[in-house]
Amino acid sequence: MQSAISTVGLRKSYGDSTVLDGIDLEVAAGTVFALLGPNGAGKTTMVQILATLTPADGGTALVAGHDVATDPDAVRGVIGVTGQFSAVDELLTGAENLRLMADLHHLVAAEGRRRITGLVERFELGDIADRRAATYSGGERRRLDLAMTLIGHPRLIFLDEPTTGLDPRSRRTVWQIVRELVADGVTVFLTTQYLEEADQLADRVALLDGGRLIAEGTPAQLKSRVPGGYVLVRFADADGLSAAAATHPRAARDDDALTLSLPSDGTARSLRRVLDTLPDDEGVEDIALHSPDLDDVFLALTGHAAPIRTEKESLR
Amino acid sequence: MTTPALASRDTVTMLRRNLLHMRRYPSLTVLTIGQPVVLLLLFVYVFGGTMGAGLPGGGGRAAYLAYITPAILMITVSSLAAGTAISVATDMTGGIIARLRTMAVSRAAVLGAHVLSSMIQTVAALAAVMVVALLLGMRSPADPTGWLTAAGLLVLVAFALTWLTVALGLASSSVEAASNTPMFLIFLPFLGSGFVPVESLPAGLRWFAEYQPFTPIMDTLRALLAGTPVGSDGRLAVGWCVVIAGASYVWARRLFDRNKPRIS
Repeated sequence: MQSAISTVGLRKSYGDSTVLDGIDLEVAAGTVFALLGPNGAGKTTMVQILATLTPADGGTALVAGHDVATDPDAVRGVIGVTGQFSAVDELLTGAENLRLMADLHHLVAAEGRRRITGLVERFELGDIADRRAATYSGGERRRLDLAMTLIGHPRLIFLDEPTTGLDPRSRRTVWQIVRELVADGVTVFLTTQYLEEADQLADRVALLDGGRLIAEGTPAQLKSRVPGGYVLVRFADADGLSAAAATHPRAARDDDALTLSLPSDGTARSLRRVLDTLPDDEGVEDIALHSPDLDDVFLALTGHAAPIRTEKESLR
Repeated sequence: MTTPALASRDTVTMLRRNLLHMRRYPSLTVLTIGQPVVLLLLFVYVFGGTMGAGLPGGGGRAAYLAYITPAILMITVSSLAAGTAISVATDMTGGIIARLRTMAVSRAAVLGAHVLSSMIQTVAALAAVMVVALLLGMRSPADPTGWLTAAGLLVLVAFALTWLTVALGLASSSVEAASNTPMFLIFLPFLGSGFVPVESLPAGLRWFAEYQPFTPIMDTLRALLAGTPVGSDGRLAVGWCVVIAGASYVWARRLFDRNKPRIS
């Protein structure tokens, strides 16, 4: 398959601190690639290099077959970038922002209007298109930002933490847009600190930690590298917990939360077996099934817990 | 890659956007034009009587008005140029420039549009300030050629100082810094031949006043408006403008290309 992005030994430091320490990666055309890592891992620097905003100190990067260092204009012609903080013109209205982008892409007037109308409809900007962008909410700005990115029909889109700071509903809207883009054959390079987001959207995920890629693969492959899931049983009181813990001496026990984690692969059979071993049904407050997720991957691969905000809890 | 035709099209697009900004946010424009008008009124009506008497050959309020008009025009240009630094810095911190830098948009167009829109604003402001000066009783014996030459020199000065403040705006770490750094331009007419003859200044200051760029520019404007011979000041004035414009252009382009993007 053709590579949309291909880097070899990419390096970048700012002063004494090494931000990227030899990054090799391949992103196949028409797929979603998620670069996952905590704050300060170098995700944004990676996007800045690939989007021709900042030069690398070493290594090579090809975007859509063009070298970012020697042919940045060719790269700029095929990419679209939506940064962590919305790059909209606050003094202009939403419609004027879109018009500005259409003009800078040298679209003829009729084609520009056609695309603007289409994007306003698709991103539900109709009611706010004539208001200044300064008055927009976070979700509205992000939608406008994405619409501005899409005016030029980019074949490759960089989304640098596209949902940071958004409420759950706006986040789902952005996810839906990403899925539609990929359905249209666009390649998406996504950075995120939300494990859930990478899991939801990405065909392949790379974990960036301290300027190095520590793992790369499909979400399923990464999950297969860590121990299986477990059943989390919460008890009504400490006596119930102690009684159950006595029959499962090796299970992880949390005295504060009154919980016991019992290994399970998530099948009905294993779940029944686990429940059968509990001495007393009455003492069980509730039961939660936990399948391995990227949090576990991060913990297993780095030896420290993901210093990452997990938004799953609020999304449930 | 970008042809000149596309570059000029991008410049027009960005210029339209900047002019729209000025309409949306007129207080900056009003403030920058108001400043020189207030100074003009202050110097003519408060200091004018005494200062005019101190001019070589004596004179009154009217003579002083004619004497300081070039300085007020220079303050107008400087004041507007300072506004440019603010709008450039605002653009840089707002992320919109980072977006443009990832697009195949002509680099020269983004900065060039700032210079153009600022110059349109400056020409309008100069006209407004000149009208106020004329209303206050400023009279010039200059012929149309003299007026046109003076206008041409002012446009050249505006071009040079605007490129300088574009660079200062790009070099600033924040919008606040960008609003402060160009302030020295507004003081330069005071530390030159703008409000008093340089001969009246103490030695060190006098040396600075004689060699700083604003002095030959203001002397040239004064001679043009008074209809007297310009002499060697004219060449010096134009030379300074060309040097400032050229150096600032190179500096601004380098800052714009190299600038660490502020998208995060």
